[in-house]
Amino acid sequence: MSNETTLIFQHSRPGRSATAQAPKPVSEDQLSAIPASLRRKNKPGLPEVGELEVVRHYTNLSTKNFAIDKQFYPLGSCTMKYNPRGANRAAMLPGFLNRHPLAPASHSQGYLACMYELQNFLKEVTGMKGVSLAPMAGAQGEFAGVAMIRAYHEARGDDARTEILIPEAAHGTNPATAVMCGYKVREVPVGKNGDVDLEALKEACGPQTAGLMMTNPSTCGVFERQIEAISKAVHDAGGLLYYDGANLNAILGKVRPGDMGFDVIHMNLHKTFATPHGGGGPGAGPVGVSQRLLDYLPTPMAGRDEESGGSSGEYHWIDTDTLPTSIGHLSAFMGNAGVLLRAYFYAMVLGRQGMIRVGEYSTLAANYLLKRLEAIGCQAAYPDRRASHEFILTFAKLAKDQHVTALDIAKRLLDYNQHAPTIYFPLLVPECFLIEPTETETKEAMDDFVDAMEQILNEAKTDPETVTEAPFTQPVRRLDEVKAAKELDLVWSE
Amino acid sequence: MPYIPHTEDDVQAMLAAIGADSIEQLFDEIPAHLKAGSSLDALPEGQGEMEVTRLMADRAEQDRFALSFIGGGAYAHHIPAAVWEIATRGEYYTAYTPYQAEASQGTLQVIYEYQTLIARLTGMDVSNASVYDGASGLAEAVLMSLRANRKSKSRKVLVPEALNPRYRSACDAIVRNQDVELVSVPFCTDAGQTLVDGLKEHEGQDFAALVISQPNYFGSLEDVDALTDWAHANGMLVIAVVNPTSLALLTPPGEWGEQGADIVVGEGQPLGIPLSSGGPYFGFMACTKKHVRQMPGRIIGRTIDMEGKQGFTLTLQAREQHIRRSKATSNICTNQGLAMTAATIYTSLLGPDGLASVAGHCHANTQKLADKLCALDGVERAFTAPVFHEVALTLPQDADTVLAKLAEKDILGGLSLAKDYSMKNAILVNATEVHTEGDLDLFAQALKEVLA
Repeated sequence: MSNETTLIFQHSRPGRSATAQAPKPVSEDQLSAIPASLRRKNKPGLPEVGELEVVRHYTNLSTKNFAIDKQFYPLGSCTMKYNPRGANRAAMLPGFLNRHPLAPASHSQGYLACMYELQNFLKEVTGMKGVSLAPMAGAQGEFAGVAMIRAYHEARGDDARTEILIPEAAHGTNPATAVMCGYKVREVPVGKNGDVDLEALKEACGPQTAGLMMTNPSTCGVFERQIEAISKAVHDAGGLLYYDGANLNAILGKVRPGDMGFDVIHMNLHKTFATPHGGGGPGAGPVGVSQRLLDYLPTPMAGRDEESGGSSGEYHWIDTDTLPTSIGHLSAFMGNAGVLLRAYFYAMVLGRQGMIRVGEYSTLAANYLLKRLEAIGCQAAYPDRRASHEFILTFAKLAKDQHVTALDIAKRLLDYNQHAPTIYFPLLVPECFLIEPTETETKEAMDDFVDAMEQILNEAKTDPETVTEAPFTQPVRRLDEVKAAKELDLVWSE
Repeated sequence: MPYIPHTEDDVQAMLAAIGADSIEQLFDEIPAHLKAGSSLDALPEGQGEMEVTRLMADRAEQDRFALSFIGGGAYAHHIPAAVWEIATRGEYYTAYTPYQAEASQGTLQVIYEYQTLIARLTGMDVSNASVYDGASGLAEAVLMSLRANRKSKSRKVLVPEALNPRYRSACDAIVRNQDVELVSVPFCTDAGQTLVDGLKEHEGQDFAALVISQPNYFGSLEDVDALTDWAHANGMLVIAVVNPTSLALLTPPGEWGEQGADIVVGEGQPLGIPLSSGGPYFGFMACTKKHVRQMPGRIIGRTIDMEGKQGFTLTLQAREQHIRRSKATSNICTNQGLAMTAATIYTSLLGPDGLASVAGHCHANTQKLADKLCALDGVERAFTAPVFHEVALTLPQDADTVLAKLAEKDILGGLSLAKDYSMKNAILVNATEVHTEGDLDLFAQALKEVLA
């Protein structure tokens, strides 16, 4: 691991540059058409460095990251599975990289063919009637979904629906999205067994209900067993059912959201379809809909001649001129195309059997890891339930007895070269870990994690400071986050 | 099993540890009649990496090469080889949002450097860690202006017609559900610019912000000082929409007019991101220090660890959805981390002089292209305003027809202005540093033939 702590700006020396990278300077004459009043007075303070320094700096910085390619990364609800290198190479083929987003369909048949097939693939595996690939991330997929729900009610003149119902364990994006779509949020309690409190839900449903947003398996890491009753309650009240695809990996190929009664779903391709997380993005959040929301799908979408009665086999764009009821464009062009190509590659490699295996083996891995961790003394939040593709542990007792918290254990795991699981989510389980091993990890990788956890639990009893002051082996020790927020230093200055 | 490592022995050992007879038993909480079963029959059989790579290579090949002069918000630039070789290192490519700061100092420091680059390029105090793209970034900026402009009670924002129409429509699709109204500002049809004269009817009215695009969709350079001062005099914030390449040459928004712009957004694609059918790109977003708590998206701060050593961490998280839920500044939770990493490497490689060279070549080549095309009978500039690296031209014939004929010759001769601006004979063309003199001549020759 590198000890590079210098900023790229600190490597800068006036007059130094990577001259092979840029074209030769142009003369002032060639810029004479730009009025002097609009010209920049001082050149921007970008680093002046050579090519090797840039390569070395960013290579060295990279070594300070944990990553799936280096470590077990069981971040619950994030599905940190292996990101196939083949998908990267295919998406980086020059023909795809150099295609301008506004190139005419005549010069885009290859790309459109991939997108058209990906739409159909996602439709089939989710049991929905139509799919748009346009949303650029899960949260934007949520936005598209709720905006479609709103468009649907509005088109029917059903204006009194002002509320979206959300189980209290939901991701924060759900309520934030509902608000972005102009709705009020009403939270629905979750019972002790991890299922939604059905009676409370029924009471909350009414003529003001536009819809319900939920994840299944839920963020509690268990399958919502009353899904059909929930669907009925919401639909009887005239609301629509929204499926947050964050946990689709658990049921891929096993149960389809469309068959569970959902009207609209989003998928996180950077989770379920193995596209890289890239240090925080980009993702892709395609949406799928049932029959009644088809007219509102975000554009553009890929279409094929046969569907509109032709026989050429050519592909084309479906845009707002042919689908005027669409909620419209959510980006300047058509979303995160390069991510979609990677997902297409993955789907083609997996095929039907591979899809089914995703749900099966991610569930097998999670249940195995849960049982092993329980055996070394970890407390499951829902001990009587099957794990889905992820599960929750609670360290509330340890925090009370030994003053060692979930955060402390997470930090100590880094010293054992294990990325920490998601911590303190969902909010309703105190001192929790949300653990998701995924189908791509070996049994040995999971066993190593269990060994690390066992040692840490021992340390918590015999030598608690080793845990509460961890990590010791990383580029930095625990950071002063209060200082970071109070004395804002967001931009470097000399 | 592709990407699944288990042997039969592993599976049996895991099932034994669980106490289950089969994998199927693990799904026993799911009502049996809901299970997918045979309904997946329409899915194809899986194929190997070799077969799928060949299929996709054939498809990529099908998107046949064309000499393109299309801009419209995404621009072809040379991308140094080092940019994506480093950005796709597994340590960047397969890491997630830096929640565990101690194990993510690489990504965190890159973002801090990125924030600094964007602040310096735009002349603003602070930047976030990026948003999805330029158009959705504008929507976030519009929503932010409603929160940040404490003097205004309005839910209306002035948006120029000369702003990229794709930005206008995406922005509208995102903000309209919150009863936010985008009010159009006309442009001068001679100059192709947004003039203060065109704003006079809104003088003294309550708007949260004025959007100013530099350059605008026609490539025209706006009188940003006058527009900025007018907006501030009328109690509005200024949202600048800018092209990052152009900022190597043009006045940064932080220095527009007396006080500078308040919020800056733009499409980051020109900074080392391939055209790639429209994404993944990234939107950059910067603002004055005063408004930082109203800015959406991830923000990284520099701090110290318990031993006093420099370190970087996510900060101001109390704005965000995972803490504030329904009261968050936005539902956004990703940034375009990988694209932003590539842009940081690109900008570092080019430096201030290299980026100015790129910008200079884009401008000079576009001028040259316009001159060559305008030498043809009946082709002339549609507007009188100076341009950066895109220019609107009027043709003697229907633009859509001419573009289709050019495409048959594998020349993508820009974008038609017929649909968006009812200028049925007008096209918008762009040239950058990647176009040689020979490329420009090929376009001119082809256009000559098509018009003949």
